[in-house]
Amino acid sequence: MSVFMITNDLPSLSDFLAEPIARRALLACLMIGFANGFVSAFVVLRKSALKIGTLSHALLPGIALAVLLVGLTQWSALAGAVFAALLVGLGSIFLSRTSRLDQDTSMGILYTTAFAGGYLILTQLNVRQKLDEWLFGSIVGMADSDLWIAFAISAVAVLGLTALQRPLLIYLFEPNIAASLGVPVRFLNYATFAITILVLISSLQAVGCILSVGLMVAPAATVYLLTNNARALFWGGGIIGGLGSVAAFFLSYPLGWSVSSTIILVLGGLFLLAYIFSPRYGLVSRLF
Amino acid sequence: MPTSNPKEHVCWGAGCRHDHQHQLEVKQLSVSYREVLALDGISFHASCGRSIALIGPNGAGKSTLLKALAGLLPLKSGSLRWRGSALSKSSHEIAYLPQRGEVDWQFPITVRGLVEMGRYPNLGWWRSYSRHDAEIVERALAAMELTDLQDRQISALSGGQQQRAFIARALAQEAHVLLLDEPFTGLDKPAQENLSRLFKELTAEGRLLIASHHDLQTVKGFYDDVLLIRKNQVAFGPVEQAFTPAMIELAYGGTDHAKPLTP
Repeated sequence: MSVFMITNDLPSLSDFLAEPIARRALLACLMIGFANGFVSAFVVLRKSALKIGTLSHALLPGIALAVLLVGLTQWSALAGAVFAALLVGLGSIFLSRTSRLDQDTSMGILYTTAFAGGYLILTQLNVRQKLDEWLFGSIVGMADSDLWIAFAISAVAVLGLTALQRPLLIYLFEPNIAASLGVPVRFLNYATFAITILVLISSLQAVGCILSVGLMVAPAATVYLLTNNARALFWGGGIIGGLGSVAAFFLSYPLGWSVSSTIILVLGGLFLLAYIFSPRYGLVSRLF
Repeated sequence: MPTSNPKEHVCWGAGCRHDHQHQLEVKQLSVSYREVLALDGISFHASCGRSIALIGPNGAGKSTLLKALAGLLPLKSGSLRWRGSALSKSSHEIAYLPQRGEVDWQFPITVRGLVEMGRYPNLGWWRSYSRHDAEIVERALAAMELTDLQDRQISALSGGQQQRAFIARALAQEAHVLLLDEPFTGLDKPAQENLSRLFKELTAEGRLLIASHHDLQTVKGFYDDVLLIRKNQVAFGPVEQAFTPAMIELAYGGTDHAKPLTP
């Protein structure tokens, strides 16, 4: 991964791609980008972009705690992340029910407190470099085992959301209609929460907790401006997320940019293009 | 007790013929949000083929009652039976139509996509649409005069068309009881007249319509029966008998509508 620190005398792209580490990163970009783009359809339709931002920050202290207790492995990080997400998610529900505060306020307090605590724990531990990776992503430094976890997460997310798609779309459109039609609303809530957490962990690895919202929102938001078909948001989001991340990988190398930032920049750029030029809902077609 | 004429009783699509069995029985129903009692002591009998206006001041519990009837809220006490059995066993026969203001009209869905949602109880998660399902959807679109608009995104409809699209979804569900929250709100005069005409067609075909309504002037022309509530039940019966100035005063007296417009 130190390849990226060298700014002069860069090996050619084909030499770089011959390295296993580069091929792993490329594969990770495709898989994680696709899974996050796929799930971004749910995030956009649920209008929960800000909640995702909250959750992504809440995961950091969970991971920090896990590192503190059992040392850093993929599984301890995963368990810590799930624990933190549940604690902040359920904690905010509990706080709002037992006080006069609403859930957003409770969440705002809980996640920033948790994030601050987690940051302090990580700075006290001697894991400076790992800390940067969780904050800003480490897609270039992935091991084979990381790749397998990313693959498993992506498969669960895509298959899960595909299987749930019909009841889920009714629920996202109008929860009351869904409930009156016999859609298992509570189950959907839990299932989609689990999928969101899983995918968030993979996006944390790829772009870090500060940029993960972009990866989990921008792809489907772009498709949202192009289509009236909710199902197209899922596959379209996946394709934009996957191909956008791969394009960012190739773009970042010769420029010496960080891959994670480039991914978010590319996705943001694609969104801007759709915003301006979408044939149906774009700025140009609305003004002229 | 009002009953519908058996000859007019078509019960389109629901697969049942006997109107005497098609009764919605509500007994001593009460609903509370956390500790606050929102509805108490609601009891009425309704049979299909009728339209019922649900009337009461703001905060009287109209939306709450509709949601409770749709099975969306837990009952604190009382019972709800449709065709002699608990409501939960026949949820696909009951359609709930939310207020237009509660719907996300920007949602990426076409009119046809919305109507197709009504097939969910028959299809479940995975079964694919059959020709039979497509026919029912097309019949529902045609009945609500939406065939030409079926590929439009739902925000590109007028208020009356939006309301009809939701009714078409209920028809595709083959619902027998339609629960509508303020269906006439925000519609202009011609759209209201049109919707009222469609209501009469729907009830003539044997459906039971229960709709919350706030325009006291139009109750008489639009509905058969009226249910006046103000947390408790004030009156229930045919419009001519139950919708009297005295009853309206009882329901609205001392509220913001201190002097309600009498019909």
